[in-house]
Amino acid sequence: MTEQEIFDKKIDDDVRIEPKDWMPEAYRKTLIRQISQHAHSEYVGMLPEANWITRAPTLRRKATLLAKVQDEAGHGLYLYSAMETLGMSRQQSLDDLHSGKAKYSSIFNYPTLTWADIGTIGWLVDGAAILNQVPLCRTSYGPYARAMVRVCKEESFHQRQGFEIMMALSAGTAEQKEMAQDAINRWWWPTLMMFGPKDSESGNSELSMRWRIKRFSNDELRQKFVDMMVPQAEFLGLKVPDEKLKWNAEKNGYDFGEIDWEEFWRVVKGHGQCNKQRLDARRKAHDDGAWVREAATAYAEKRAQREATKKGA
Amino acid sequence: MKQDYVLHLADTHLILGQRLGEWCGHNVVLEQDIAMSNIALDLLGQCRSLYQYAAELGGNKQTEDQLAFLRGERQYKNHLLVEQPNGDFAFTIARQFFFDVYHQLLCEELVKCSDKQLQAIAEKSLKEVRYHLTWSSEWMIRLGDGTTESHQRLQTAVNELWMWTHELTTTASYEEALDVPRPSDFKAAWHAKVSAILKEATLEIPAESTKQAGGKEGVHTEHLGFILSEMQMMQRTYPGMTW
Repeated sequence: MTEQEIFDKKIDDDVRIEPKDWMPEAYRKTLIRQISQHAHSEYVGMLPEANWITRAPTLRRKATLLAKVQDEAGHGLYLYSAMETLGMSRQQSLDDLHSGKAKYSSIFNYPTLTWADIGTIGWLVDGAAILNQVPLCRTSYGPYARAMVRVCKEESFHQRQGFEIMMALSAGTAEQKEMAQDAINRWWWPTLMMFGPKDSESGNSELSMRWRIKRFSNDELRQKFVDMMVPQAEFLGLKVPDEKLKWNAEKNGYDFGEIDWEEFWRVVKGHGQCNKQRLDARRKAHDDGAWVREAATAYAEKRAQREATKKGA
Repeated sequence: MKQDYVLHLADTHLILGQRLGEWCGHNVVLEQDIAMSNIALDLLGQCRSLYQYAAELGGNKQTEDQLAFLRGERQYKNHLLVEQPNGDFAFTIARQFFFDVYHQLLCEELVKCSDKQLQAIAEKSLKEVRYHLTWSSEWMIRLGDGTTESHQRLQTAVNELWMWTHELTTTASYEEALDVPRPSDFKAAWHAKVSAILKEATLEIPAESTKQAGGKEGVHTEHLGFILSEMQMMQRTYPGMTW
């Protein structure tokens, strides 16, 4: 069997591909693109939520939010590490983020304006992320699949926390309910966009499905999300901001309105409200940390030298 | 009296946790973002136990959140050191290190005090504080003995923070009156530990500077008002709501 045939057979048999296995260059490239986008989403995604750590309304909420954002840093680390197994260094991949070459999820280019946004991100955005990510626990590349198992466990915890924030708001005063409704009004459509372009326009999808990097199409996942979230919104007493939303008994799912694809592409191309702000924050943190990283390297070298001298003596 | 003391401890933990929380998402490298958030989380956990105890001492007329979010800056009793702005990474590390040395000494004494509740909180904290001190000491040495730039930045931070460290080992009136550790008793131990690490970090021990104090009695620097207006914004804007 040729290397290609061995690879194809593994994919067909659902055997994981491991870092040292032969893989087609296009497979490696597709994975790097996808994992990098995912890692950067975790890293950039820390920013809109961290925006509320200092203002969280209670000590308990402050601690859980901080722990949540810390988990995201952890997810970033697993994923940057998974990427290193494909020969892509963290430095290179951060350089690509900072230069604007690498993408991250557009959802993080929307601002977090009120406390309800923190609840809504946990509930809707993490809910969408889970739907995207659970199938990745069985993705064909081993290190990515294993990282995703850990990520998904924590994400479902985050989603419950987000829902709990929303429950407190919907059981609260008129002002709190209004805050919750305003948040779903602003986040609903951007969240639907998280599943990516329509299947008919998604250039990368077909091959990813063939390689079992992806297991469900964008539209399938989007439908699943709507079907899952509408009853939850009803439970919270919130109105989903879509006039066309309607139960369709025939397909056993909801029909829903069309996404504003112009907005989708505008934000993807860098023109959302926070694109510049988020990237500036990432670059600034990196640049401000340069002297610290240099110092750590210099000290480690000094120490190694001292120990070598000691041993030599 | 005892409530004042417990509030002093709780406020100090909360304000430092709040300051460290400002770093989250913006730290120099992911690993250290995680480490600093960890310390902030420990401090927040400790402050919650302390506020809950303070609430109990006050006859449960107020909750932990009311104590944290509805007292004003003249009622806050945290050390002036912990309300100082984060500055650069060196500044945050030096502030943390000075605090951690004090914190460990305090917890080692508190575990011996007659108050069972404080004893239990200190026992739990001590494990965490030992890790904090190891982490901040390692960074002191790494930055002090790293590059010329890191050495200079850290030396500047040490010099500028020095006047705020004095208050860590002062004893307030409410401490005099209670069976609790007197921080002035461990002044020498604090200096010995700090000097040893500064020496290893090839840093100069600052000359005696002006000594600032007052936080423990509710007289703060201008920074605290801004910390509180941000931190208390939700509870003040939406009074009496459940979150």
